[in-house]
Amino acid sequence: MSIQIEHLQYVYGAGTVFEKQALRDISLTIPDGQFVGIIGHTGSGKSTLVQHLNGLLRASSGDILVDGESIYQEGYSMKKLRSSVGLVFQYPEYQLFETDVFTDVCFGPKNLGLPKEEIEARARQAMNAVGLDESYDKVSPFELSGGQKRRAAIAGILAMKPKVLILDEPTAGLDPKGRDDILDMLADLHRESGITILLVSHSMEDVAKYVDRIIVMSKGSVLYDDRPAGVFAHWQELEKVGLAAPQVTYIMHELETRGWPAARDVTTVEEAKDAILNALHRK
Amino acid sequence: MLKDITLGQYYPADSVIHKLDPRVKLVWTMLFIISLFVFGSISCYIVVTLVLIGLIRVSKVPLKFMMKGLRAIFMLMLITVIFNLFLTPGTPVVQIWKLTITKEGIRTAAFMAIRLVYLIVGSSLMTLTTTPNDLTDGMEKGLRFLKVFRVPVHEIAMMMSIALRFIPILMEETDKIMKAQMARGADFESGGLIKKAKGLVPLLVPLFVSAFRRANDLAMAMEARGYHGGEGRTKLRPLHYESRDRAAYLLMLVYIAVLILVRIAAPVERLLGIAF
Repeated sequence: MSIQIEHLQYVYGAGTVFEKQALRDISLTIPDGQFVGIIGHTGSGKSTLVQHLNGLLRASSGDILVDGESIYQEGYSMKKLRSSVGLVFQYPEYQLFETDVFTDVCFGPKNLGLPKEEIEARARQAMNAVGLDESYDKVSPFELSGGQKRRAAIAGILAMKPKVLILDEPTAGLDPKGRDDILDMLADLHRESGITILLVSHSMEDVAKYVDRIIVMSKGSVLYDDRPAGVFAHWQELEKVGLAAPQVTYIMHELETRGWPAARDVTTVEEAKDAILNALHRK
Repeated sequence: MLKDITLGQYYPADSVIHKLDPRVKLVWTMLFIISLFVFGSISCYIVVTLVLIGLIRVSKVPLKFMMKGLRAIFMLMLITVIFNLFLTPGTPVVQIWKLTITKEGIRTAAFMAIRLVYLIVGSSLMTLTTTPNDLTDGMEKGLRFLKVFRVPVHEIAMMMSIALRFIPILMEETDKIMKAQMARGADFESGGLIKKAKGLVPLLVPLFVSAFRRANDLAMAMEARGYHGGEGRTKLRPLHYESRDRAAYLLMLVYIAVLILVRIAAPVERLLGIAF
C-alpha cells in the first residue's frame, strides 16, 4: 500500500490568536514495504503529519492519496483507512483501559466487526509479535511495567493488521534495554511481514540502524529526504535545526580530517568498526 | 467541541482592564451582576449596555470571542424565554390554541434574555482578562476576612487554582486519548444513547487513571517544594492597589449612582409613556 502526500498544509487554531501553521507544503511518496524514519525537533510538525495519514486531522489544503485514492473524497471510509494505516501514539500505554491485556488488544479488531475467533486469533498473534506470551493474557494492563505496557499498546494496533504501521516516538521514556527491545521488534516485524513502517523520532541514533530512508522535518517542512548516510552527510546543517547525526558520524569525520581514509557513508557502530579495521589493515 | 467554553479562558492582550487588580474586577463583576437584577427597566438597561460595550472596547478582547461563551447557554436561554413568554399571567396580546402570550410575558422574557446574555458576557469579560492565578489570588486576599469564621480561604483558593489549571490539561488529554482510541477503530459519534455511553468507557478509564496520576505527581511535587498550607506562605507578586484600581472603584460608585438616578428619572419610559 503506497501513500502519496501532495502539497499538504495544516494550520492550527485558524482564526484565533493562537493560529499557527504546523505544516507547509509537504509532498512525499511512501512506497509499499519501506521502513522510514521521520526525524525532527519538538514542534517540527512530525506528529501532526502522521496524524493526517489515518485521517485524525484534516488538512487545511493539499491531498493524501492511499493506493491512488484521495482520502478526502466524498464517501471514503475512515474506518477502512484506520484499519489499514495503524497509528501508535506517543506514550500509547495511556490508552489501555480494559480489565486484562488480552481484552484490551481485542478492542481494535472488535471495532472492525470481525468474528470472535478471528479477533482472538489476531490478538494472540499480535501479542506474540511483541513478545507477550499467554501468561500475560489475564494480567491487568495497569500492573505491567512501562516497556510491557507499551508493547501491549502496540499489540493493540498490530491486531488490526494494518498494512502501514506508524509509530510516534515509540521509545520515549524507556530505558536503553526497553528501547532496543522495541526497535528490534519493529525490525523483525518489518522483515517478516513486510509491512510499511513509519517511525517518528527525534533521535537519529535510534533510527540510523534500522531504517531505509530518513525524512528530516524542520518548522513544518521537509528539510531532507534521503538514505541515512545521505542525510547524515549534512550533519552540520542538522545541528542548526536542533538535531544531531549519530555519534559515529562525528568520529568518522574527525578521523577523515586527521588524514585517516575512513569511509564517509558509515551510519552504525558496526559499520564504523569494519571501516576502521579496514583502514588499519591498509596502513 | 470542548473548545467552545470561553468561561475560564484567558485572552492575552495589553489593556487597562487586564492590568487591574483582580479584586477590583471581582467586586465590579459581582456588582454588575447584582445591578442587572436590581435595576430592571429599559432606561437602566440602556445604561448597562453602554457601559458593557465601553468595557469590552477598552479590554481589547474581540467581541466574537466573548460571544462564544453564549453558545453554551443557548438552550437554557431558550427554555427560560419560552416559559416566561407563555406562563406569565397578565393582559393577553396573542392567543394561539391554548397558549397565551401576555404583555407582561413579553416583558419578562425579554428582560430575562438580556439579563442572561449580560451575565455571561460580563463574567466572561472578567475571566478573559484575568489569568486563573490572578483570579484565585484576588479571591484569597479579598476573602481573607472569612478566616475569622474558620473558613479555609487559602485552601479553597489553592484548590480552585489547581482545578482551573487542570481544565486545559485534561481537555488536551481527552483529545489525545480520543484520537488514540479512534486510531483503534473506536466510534464516539454514531449509535444510540446506550451504545454512545458504552463507547465512552475507553475514553473515561484512561482519563481517570491519568487524572489520578497527575494529582499524585502534583501533590508530591508540591510537598517536595515545602508546601504545607497557607500559614506563613508569601507571594511572589503581592497584590497592591494602584491609582488605576482606585479609579476603577470610583467609577463603580459612579455607575451605581447613575443607575439609581436613571431608575428614578426613567427618561425612556416617560418618553414612550410606559408604566414603570
